[in-house]
Amino acid sequence: MNEHQLDHAKEQIKERVDEVDKSLPVGTSGVQKNRKKSKKVRSDVKVLQVNNLQVSFRTYGGEVEAVRGVSFDLHQGETLAIVGESGCGKSVTSNAIMGLIPKPAGIIKNGRVLFKGKELTNMSKPQLRKIQGVDISMIFQDPMTALNPTLTIGEQLTEGLRTHKKVSKQDAKQKAIEMLELVGIPNPTERLKQFPHQFSGGMRQRIVIAIALICEPELLIADEPTTALDVTIQAQILELFEEIQQKTDISIILITHDLGVVAKIADRIAVMYAGKIVEIGDKRAIFYTPEHPYTKGLLNSVPRLDLVEEELQPIEGTPPDLFSPPQGCPFTARCPYAMEVCDHVYPSTTTKSDTHAVDCWLQDERAKVLQELS
Amino acid sequence: MQKYIIKRFLMMIATILIIATLTFVLMHLIPGSPFEGERTTNPTIQANLEKFYKLDEPLHVQYLSYLKSIVTFDFGPSIKKPNESVNDLLARGFPISFELGMVTILVALLSGIILGTIAALRHNGLIDYFAMTFAVIGISVPNFVLATLLIQQLAVTWDLLPAATWSSPLHMVLPVIALATGPTAIIARLTRSSMLEVLTQDYIKMARAKGLSPVRIIIRHALRNALMPVVTILGTMLAGILTGTFVIERIFAIPGMGKYFVESINNRDYPVIMGTTVFYSAFLVFMLFIVDIVYGLLDPRIKLHRKEGDA
Repeated sequence: MNEHQLDHAKEQIKERVDEVDKSLPVGTSGVQKNRKKSKKVRSDVKVLQVNNLQVSFRTYGGEVEAVRGVSFDLHQGETLAIVGESGCGKSVTSNAIMGLIPKPAGIIKNGRVLFKGKELTNMSKPQLRKIQGVDISMIFQDPMTALNPTLTIGEQLTEGLRTHKKVSKQDAKQKAIEMLELVGIPNPTERLKQFPHQFSGGMRQRIVIAIALICEPELLIADEPTTALDVTIQAQILELFEEIQQKTDISIILITHDLGVVAKIADRIAVMYAGKIVEIGDKRAIFYTPEHPYTKGLLNSVPRLDLVEEELQPIEGTPPDLFSPPQGCPFTARCPYAMEVCDHVYPSTTTKSDTHAVDCWLQDERAKVLQELS
Repeated sequence: MQKYIIKRFLMMIATILIIATLTFVLMHLIPGSPFEGERTTNPTIQANLEKFYKLDEPLHVQYLSYLKSIVTFDFGPSIKKPNESVNDLLARGFPISFELGMVTILVALLSGIILGTIAALRHNGLIDYFAMTFAVIGISVPNFVLATLLIQQLAVTWDLLPAATWSSPLHMVLPVIALATGPTAIIARLTRSSMLEVLTQDYIKMARAKGLSPVRIIIRHALRNALMPVVTILGTMLAGILTGTFVIERIFAIPGMGKYFVESINNRDYPVIMGTTVFYSAFLVFMLFIVDIVYGLLDPRIKLHRKEGDA
């Protein structure tokens, strides 16, 4: 077990080194090639389409524009990581997809969320309940609080299944045992009768995952699934995600602020800032050729094992107040390359490649001319 | 579990013993005796009476025979009503008081929990404000004031319900309302606040994400966790209702235990005082024990005993 963990840690470090190191031409790293042998071809089936989603919260202090026009697609079997700092709207986005925006304070002001062509934002609650937990599942950040302390694991596992699919108690129990086996919990039959407090944090997160997967959903939203866990457990849980995805071809939206996690399991990355996706692209594109100054800043602020650099480079300043979001690019105040125009007009989206898009004025032809002049 | 029950049982006996002793001491501290009244009794008759009731013996002997009467549960005849034993009084009065108390606590629990839950679900809505206004009034108005107001309005002015005595379910309505309003208000407030807290918990959000029906989320996931504080105060509340019945029984002329209890103290009717007090305290201690057991059943994290080897 220890040896395994050690191997695993080594592997992770290697992978990180390979992925972040820009000097290596794409695809020459042998380790990476071997590891990624099973990485799939991107499917053409779009499981989820989010279009110009806007979510606001009414508070005593006024209206907070938490999500200000987010658009992305998610393909079958794909893992999309949404990264960004606290309060950038990642969790609100995922809650909006899940239909969990607290009413009446939270309102979806605009936009569409299409799950396999079905519009979710205007669905009635009973209709939505037929999708929640069955087609779309969610994993929460803190496994210590996500399980009900007064119900047995077995009951919490089977209740979704028994509500949505007409299965007998016995079949549901059998399925629950299978799920616990899948997520790697020993003695599942006995464990079903136990309560959450009888499990460790890592075990609980495995149970939360088992609960999310028991109805065989097509889309899994994981809201910081490893943030509350220590590093070795984190690695195990991420392995589990990869394993499940290989077995079931499930699509995953991964909300996180941990770029290490992203490097490990994401296929694509969306970088959010102040309620907007400022850059979206393949993992490779985001790590090797980030275009948005914020993405660059994020990558620079990650501690790196491969470089003997003295200090981390934080992004100076704080994100803008979303009670009155700025007219132009919200990153202007913290951006080292900010121009006059950034303050007044939000940049349009520049497509760098089929999969890589960025919202930044630096991509504008005129800005490039300016840069060359100076 | 077994170990815990045995331990609790022994503690219950010790508690009852302490209460019995205190009752005995206090009883003899009060000046006067059963035979002192307006009329002066002939000294020889009084001496004979005292001898009959063994009141002439030294206190420690009286105390021992008193303890014996507790163990055998035979408190002998009442002094004021010599043709009736204390056991007769208990057998006649207690079922009525018990009925009143239990109906009250059931009404208080049901209406309090429902009111509190609805108030929490409609947080800051009209129902919430209404419920909490009612709760403040319910807590502030003493039950005897409420009782007299109820009699005045519902029984005398509108002639809707019987004003007193105890013979049909209709007779129960007014005393139960009077007695249950306070506890209902307290339970409603407690349920509301702990429900509000529970509803923000992650596991409720997770239950929603599972696509469960709202009814199931409230009953199965939220209520059980929200009821813990209610169970906690249930023990003391029970004591309050029991003593409350004494007053309410007087007001509504209900032939329950309260009447005998109060009269016996005024009359220095020693056997009745001792019998009723010990019986009531035993009952209360037993109910508290039940509450503790319920606690463990509601929340599996509460262990009623410590396992060997557990830290």
